[in-house]
Amino acid sequence: MTDTTAVDTIANQSGDVVLDVRNLVVEFKSRRQRVQAVSGVTFQVREGETLGLVGESGCGKSTTGRTLVQVQQATSGEIVYQGQDLNGLKGRQLRQLRTKIQMIFQDPISSLNPRRRIKDIVAEPLVIWKRGTPEERASKVRDMLEAVGIDPDSAGDRRPGEFSGGQCQRISIARALMADPDLLICDEPVSALDVSVQAQILNLLADLKERFHLTMVFIAHDLAVVKNVSDRVAVMYLGKLVEVAGSDELYRSAGHPYTEALLASIPEPDPDHVSDHKALSGELPSPLDPPSGCRFRTRCPYAQDRCAAEEPPLRELAPGHQIACHFPVGPFGGQVAPAAPSAPSSPGA
Amino acid sequence: MRGLQRGGKSLEFKDAGSQEGPLLVVEDLHTSFRTSRGTVRAVDGVSFEVHEGKTLGIVGESGSGKTVLSRSIMGLLPPRDVIRSGTVRFAGHELTAMDDTELRQVWGAELSMIFQDPMTALNPVKRIGVQIAESLKLHLGMDKQEATSTAIELLRSVGIPSPQERVRWYPFQLSGGMRQRVMIAIALACAPRLVMADEPTTGLDVTVQAQILDLLADLQQERHMAVILVTHDLGVVASRADDIIVMYAGRVVERAPTRTLFHDTKMPYTRALMDSIPRLADPSGARLDAIAGRPPDLINPPAGCRFAPRCPYAQDKCRESEPPLRTVGSPDHLFACWFPLVDGKSTVPAVPVSLSASQNGASGATTEGDA
Repeated sequence: MTDTTAVDTIANQSGDVVLDVRNLVVEFKSRRQRVQAVSGVTFQVREGETLGLVGESGCGKSTTGRTLVQVQQATSGEIVYQGQDLNGLKGRQLRQLRTKIQMIFQDPISSLNPRRRIKDIVAEPLVIWKRGTPEERASKVRDMLEAVGIDPDSAGDRRPGEFSGGQCQRISIARALMADPDLLICDEPVSALDVSVQAQILNLLADLKERFHLTMVFIAHDLAVVKNVSDRVAVMYLGKLVEVAGSDELYRSAGHPYTEALLASIPEPDPDHVSDHKALSGELPSPLDPPSGCRFRTRCPYAQDRCAAEEPPLRELAPGHQIACHFPVGPFGGQVAPAAPSAPSSPGA
Repeated sequence: MRGLQRGGKSLEFKDAGSQEGPLLVVEDLHTSFRTSRGTVRAVDGVSFEVHEGKTLGIVGESGSGKTVLSRSIMGLLPPRDVIRSGTVRFAGHELTAMDDTELRQVWGAELSMIFQDPMTALNPVKRIGVQIAESLKLHLGMDKQEATSTAIELLRSVGIPSPQERVRWYPFQLSGGMRQRVMIAIALACAPRLVMADEPTTGLDVTVQAQILDLLADLQQERHMAVILVTHDLGVVASRADDIIVMYAGRVVERAPTRTLFHDTKMPYTRALMDSIPRLADPSGARLDAIAGRPPDLINPPAGCRFAPRCPYAQDKCRESEPPLRTVGSPDHLFACWFPLVDGKSTVPAVPVSLSASQNGASGATTEGDA
C-alpha cells in the first residue's frame, strides 16, 4: 500500500515525512450529481513542521482537513500517516491512530457541549480511552488548562456559555492536546475571533507547538494569518493545489496568479498602502461543473487559450516551490504578456 | 426638498449637498442595559460628528460597545431595560426625540444599516426582489412593477450577475458574499444619506471582503453618501475611512483623521490594536504583539483609565484618575491618555502586564494573555 519512492524524493529535506497525502479525492453524491470537493491533492508534512492550507470558502480545504482525521471518508487516494494508510483502516486500529491526530474547529463555542463543565469536557478524551485514574486525569486537566492560559480553579466548574470566544478556543485546544497527539489539524481556528484575540491564540499555538513537539496543518482563508504560523503554505483553489512554497518564499515570489490575488486582498493596516492589485472579481465557480483546463482561468487576468484547453500540472519551478500554471507570474513570469492591459504587476517587486 | 409622507406628520429633509454643518452629530451619548447583575454601561459618553459624503471608522474589540453605539444611534434598541441619554442629531432632526412612526420615515430612506450577518438579517422565506422592493414601495411610493424593475437595477449595481433571474431567488440560494451584496442593495435602495455598516465583512473570505468594501466605496462616491464603518480590524478602515474613532469599554479613547491616527498614534491601546494584526511583510513565525487579557466588565469598570489593567505603560495615576479626552496640538486629534505616545513610543517604561491583571472580567475565569 505504501510506496516509498515519494518519500525518497524529499528525504534530502529536513525532518521525516509524518503525513503523506497522495492524490486525495473526495466526492459527495447528491441525488443525481457528483461533486468533487477535493480533486487529486498531493502534499507532505514533515515532523515538527506547520503546513498552512489556504483558499476561499468552498475550495475544499476543510474537507481535506476532515479526511486527515477520518471524519470524512476519502473517495480515493492515500493518506499515509507514519507509514500507515488511514483510508484502509477500520475499527480499533483507526481509533487508536486517531488519538495521535487531533483537530480544532472554527467555531469554538459550538464545538463545546454547553451543558458540561469545562473540566469534564477537557477530561473526556482520557475517559474515553480509560487512561489514568480519576486523580491523574484531574491533574492533567489542570496542567493542560494552565498551558492554554485558563485558570483551572475558577474555570473548571463553569460551563462554556460563561466564556468568550477566545477562551472557548483555548479550552478546545486544551481538549485536543489531552490525548498527547503528534499532529494537530487546525481548521480556521481564529477566523471567528477579533484581531486582538486572534493574536493571542496564534501566539499560544506557536508556544504549544514547541512545548508539545507538535506537527500542524493550519487551515485558513487569510494568507496573512497562515503566513504567520506556517513554515510552508499550500494554496488551494476549487479542489486542487495551485501553489506550494515556503511561507516567506510564497510572499516574496508568488508564482500563481491566484496567490497573487489572495495576497492583494489582505487589508493592510496602513493608510498609505496602495495595493497595486485589483481585487479578485467574481466568485469560486461551482464544483459541480468546474472550468476545463486550469480551474482558475475564469477569474484569471492572464488567461490564454491554452489555459482552457490543457490543465497545468503542479510542477517544481524552484527548489521546494511548486506551481500549477502555464504562465506563472512574478519571478517565474516573462513567458507571455498579460491579456488585460490593466493587469496587476507581481507582488514583492 | 424631499418630504416623506407616511403616518401622521411628515419630516422634511434638505436635499443632499445643501446640508449645513455635519450630517450626524452625536453628543454625550450614553446607553445602558439593566440586567440582573446590575447596569451595563455599554456606551458611556460618546461624541462625534460625521460630515456629508465622508467615511467614519469605528474600531474596537468585542465588548467595546461599538455595536450598541451603532444601534443606539439608529434607535434600534428595544425600549425595555435600555436607558439612553444624549443627543443624536441627523440632518437637523433629533433622532432620540422621535417616536417609531417618525423613525420609520428615516430608516431606510435617509439613514440605513448594513448588518453583520446577512443570513439572519434577510427574511429567509421572501424572495430577495420582494425584500428590496419593500422600502421602494414604502418610501418612494413606487408601484409593484416599478419597484421590481428598480430592484433589478439595484442588484445589477451591486454586482450580482443575471439580476433578472436572481431577483426571484431566496437568500439561501446565494453565497455569503452575494447575500451581503443584497443587504447593500436593500440599504441603498432609497438613496440614504448615511449608511451604517456594522462589521459588514466579518465572516466573509478576505477576497470577498475586498470586493464588498470596494463596492461600498464605489457606491458611496457615486451617491455621495456618508458611511460609518464599524469593525474590529484596523486594517479594514485604514485605507477607507476619512476619520477613525477607537472605542474601549464604552468610551472613545482616540479620535483622529485616519492618517494622523496611524502616523501619530497617541493612545497605547490604538497602538496595541495595530500591532496585533499579522502583517504579510513580517517573516513567518514572527511573534505577534497580542494585547493581554480582555476588555473589562462594563458593570464595574476599573477606576481610572479603563485600559490601565492591560496597558504595559500604566502608572499609578492611570489607575487612580480617568484621563479626559483631550488634544495636544491639532484640534482634530483627541485622545484619552495620561502618558500619550510620542512618535509612537511611550515616555514611560513598559512593565509586562501580569497574568492576573485581566481578571476583572465578568467571568473572572481567565488568565488570558501571553507573558
